[in-house]
Amino acid sequence: MHIEVKKISKIYENNKYALKGISLDIDANGVFSIIGKNGAGKTTLVRILATQLMPTSGYAKINGYDLLTESKKIRRFIAAVPQEARTIPWLTPIQTVLSYLMWRGYSYSEAKEKAKDSLRMLNLEDIENKKTRKLSGGQKRKVIVATILASDATLIFLDEPTTGLDYLSRKELWNLLYTMKKDRLIILTTHYLEEAENLGDTICILNKGRVVDMGTILELRKKIKYSYCMKVFSNDFKISNLDGYIKRVSSNEIQIFTSGKYVYDIANRLISEKIRFTFQEVSLTNIFEFLLEDDIDVQ
Amino acid sequence: MCSKYHALNQIIASILVNSIYAMINYPVVLINTLLAPLSLLIIVTFASHGTLLPIAAEGAIIMNVISSGTSLQGDLSHLKNDMKVQEMIVSSPTGAGIYVTGMAISELVYSIPTLSVLVILNIIFVKVTYLAGLYICMDVGVVFIFSTSLGFLLSTFSSDIVESWAFSGILSPLLATIPPVYYPISYIPYPYRYLAYLSPTTYAAEIAQSAAGLVYISYVNLILAWGILISVTFFVLFIAITRSRWVDV
Repeated sequence: MHIEVKKISKIYENNKYALKGISLDIDANGVFSIIGKNGAGKTTLVRILATQLMPTSGYAKINGYDLLTESKKIRRFIAAVPQEARTIPWLTPIQTVLSYLMWRGYSYSEAKEKAKDSLRMLNLEDIENKKTRKLSGGQKRKVIVATILASDATLIFLDEPTTGLDYLSRKELWNLLYTMKKDRLIILTTHYLEEAENLGDTICILNKGRVVDMGTILELRKKIKYSYCMKVFSNDFKISNLDGYIKRVSSNEIQIFTSGKYVYDIANRLISEKIRFTFQEVSLTNIFEFLLEDDIDVQ
Repeated sequence: MCSKYHALNQIIASILVNSIYAMINYPVVLINTLLAPLSLLIIVTFASHGTLLPIAAEGAIIMNVISSGTSLQGDLSHLKNDMKVQEMIVSSPTGAGIYVTGMAISELVYSIPTLSVLVILNIIFVKVTYLAGLYICMDVGVVFIFSTSLGFLLSTFSSDIVESWAFSGILSPLLATIPPVYYPISYIPYPYRYLAYLSPTTYAAEIAQSAAGLVYISYVNLILAWGILISVTFFVLFIAITRSRWVDV
């Protein structure tokens, strides 16, 4: 799967810029995670690529097909779950998946067979004949994902698919996405940075309609100067001559971003002063904060 | 065309979702579709001591078809705004024309029980030849295209269900209740009669009533009625095709 985006911009009717000249080149299967604050332009970008929204300027090609002039061809191999997608309350899960597959062109018998398989894979077979309005929020979300899973689409857009799900349901969906991503490209927007880090083969950080940075988690780690984050649980810990940043998280917790060389020294001092601490490689959350937040204390 | 993208399957999907499954899972909706045209039919029949029953029976079919259009508007808006189904359909091999055709047919399927009752009433009380019956079906068919085109057009512009309810609330009385669909236009005093001619359903009702021999219309007026009905229908259909928003801008 190959997506080429060149200088895509979107200005809404109220003259608000949602995207400002975005360019991307994605040339692999797997999960492409898009993260960013509210209003960063994630949904707008996904809706444009999923052929639901016209860009104001710029162009994009998906597998060589022009997004604007050959959208019909693109729609044969894409599927999208919008951010606020809901199950149709008067349908059962099997009816939901089956009818979506028929909309994709499958015959009734083919669709029914595939729908059953898909619901089985998501452990939804016990409730396949229950009306969706009677299902829990997590089950409804899984039914929507089942429709996409059952389809033959090789490019899938999932706009915040796990929002509102409890941790276990999210983990269940992650496992499913791990399986799905082997032979498809999944464009995933999420507010859960842990989700983007765990699932994303490539992570794209958007802010105010622009790409701030993009790459694998290892590549993104290299973009910031310090590779370790120490959490120190103390309200009066002072440090001088540090090669790094200190960020106060709360009255009794600070985060120290520094290089591996200093971690050892600081850890020794903290142990001798009997101050509780943890340390790890910088996470996507740390990278995100570094790239987007302005409120980091610099020493 | 590859069977995977067969238009018939896509149309059947719309019919299943919007009518068959709704009727299977919630049989009470069958009563809902039956009540509106029948209640007006009963009121007009009682108020006229039965003399207007044949005209009202024909009018009930026209109202039922208009209701298909207003229901289509509501259903499309509901699926688009509240469940984002339309966005999922846009990003699929189903095109706007196929989706809307399927949804429009689903409205007819949804009203099959009502239409069956009304057709039986028409057979009993409005005795017409097969040819006249076919002629009335053509008339009703044009009204169906008009109402569903209007319904689709409005659905693409409604941004939430409240707006959609408002559209339905406006369309139904303006197109089916107030115009002389259940009664002859001669019942309307002259200055107001011109207002009635603003609604295309007035022409459709006149055509049906004259075909059944219930009112007399001159050939010139009949041709004029067909001309206006077809022109308005084509105009709304053209606007629906060219101005409705399948892909957001």
